[in-house]
Amino acid sequence: MRNIGLIFRRELAAYFATPLAYIFIIIFLVLAGTLTFFVGSFMERDQADLQAFFSFHPWLYLFLVPALSMRLWAEERRTGSIELLLTMPITMTQAVLGKYLAAWVFTGIALALTAPIWLTVNYLGDPDNGVIVASYVASFLMAGAFMAIGSMISASTKNQVIAFVLTTTICFVLTLAGSPIVIEFFANWAPPMLIELVNGLGFLSHFQAIQRGVIDFRDFIYFASIIGLALYANALILDLEKAA
Amino acid sequence: MSAVIETVELTKTFGTKTVVDNLSFQVGRGEVLGFLGPNGAGKSTTMKMITGFLTPSSGTAIVEGFDVARDPIAVKTAIGYLPEGAPAYPDMTARGFLGFVAGIRGFDGAERRKRVDAAMAMTELAEVAEQPIDTLSKGFKRRVGLAQALLHNPPVLILDEPTDGLDPNQKFGVRKLITEMAAEKSIIISTHILEEVDAVCSRAMIIAGGKILVDGTPTELAARSCKGSLDEVFREVTGNA
Repeated sequence: MRNIGLIFRRELAAYFATPLAYIFIIIFLVLAGTLTFFVGSFMERDQADLQAFFSFHPWLYLFLVPALSMRLWAEERRTGSIELLLTMPITMTQAVLGKYLAAWVFTGIALALTAPIWLTVNYLGDPDNGVIVASYVASFLMAGAFMAIGSMISASTKNQVIAFVLTTTICFVLTLAGSPIVIEFFANWAPPMLIELVNGLGFLSHFQAIQRGVIDFRDFIYFASIIGLALYANALILDLEKAA
Repeated sequence: MSAVIETVELTKTFGTKTVVDNLSFQVGRGEVLGFLGPNGAGKSTTMKMITGFLTPSSGTAIVEGFDVARDPIAVKTAIGYLPEGAPAYPDMTARGFLGFVAGIRGFDGAERRKRVDAAMAMTELAEVAEQPIDTLSKGFKRRVGLAQALLHNPPVLILDEPTDGLDPNQKFGVRKLITEMAAEKSIIISTHILEEVDAVCSRAMIIAGGKILVDGTPTELAARSCKGSLDEVFREVTGNA
């Protein structure tokens, strides 16, 4: 725990040591706001909820999270600091978790800074705050799942552009897996079991399920397993590279 | 003399290329072993395997009685390692970086500050303590890497080209530091500079193609050549390797 904490703190501080953190947060807030008010017609909907706000999160994360995750391991590899980190008396699990948690918490900070829109909707009307809390949780979990996949991809390449493009692509496919477009594509020929599987794999369906305020344990299990599996693969990839 | 560092038939292949070939040697306490050899001889790869950064294709390394394959944390605790090129986290200040390493090495609070200050004093880093490592000259970066390796006063030091990029005064300083510490430690350094072997090493090993070509004291090595210089021996044994 101690080592995870030390790596976590170092990583989180590193975000704020460069303009990266501030640029990321500003772009996230500006885009989230713009999409909510102009594309999502927050005002015109005349409803006291944050549906318009949260519905854009998957698409925001789709390119903002890979922008953060791409450097997680690729940067360590490029500068050679990975050799330093992995010859310290720490386990691979501690290294992977420390770095991942810092990146995830960082997206959490960006997400928390959207709180004014929550206050606004409470000022303007009488929203169901339970649903909003659930939506924040869902949004944070989804960012975590994207980040875990990004961390895994970042471990497998020295090239950050490749890491970015691959992560975005994989997350895009996973996001859409449960959407009508993909399901229709499978509907005509695939056995129902496969369709069910593809449907279950989709980020979007799980995100929307929690977002409706229906806290289903399975949706949490889903995100937790994606994160767990991706980070396990992340550590495995790093171990394999040592033996390559 | 019991071995503090021991490699047992250490081998590393990358694809079809054998970089380190069945390397077995021992280093005892008080010994400073100089790794010599042309580029690509397998010096760095050997060091990376002893420190647990690379997994050997076969064979293993034992440090202070711990097998790096079975007990990597114990091995890593016993070693202070300066990797090739002295990597660090460029955004951190020298003090911040050393503080992080000290934390990982298990030091807290006042003890951590003491360790960091002592390591910076040894490597003469005080004047750049608050500067981001990014902005430091090559010589200072190398010394930050050295400070990081010395910080926990490890019984084993593995230094990959510790004086590369330093000016003559700094080289002298680092060699003096190594000599001062030599008595109670086991040290492996790699170098291209043959005079360095004369200056700090109690034993020199010329390796090429992942194999030991010559192993002996610097004087013994020099005596092998008719001209009596290490340079000559180096060229003679590695020239056609």
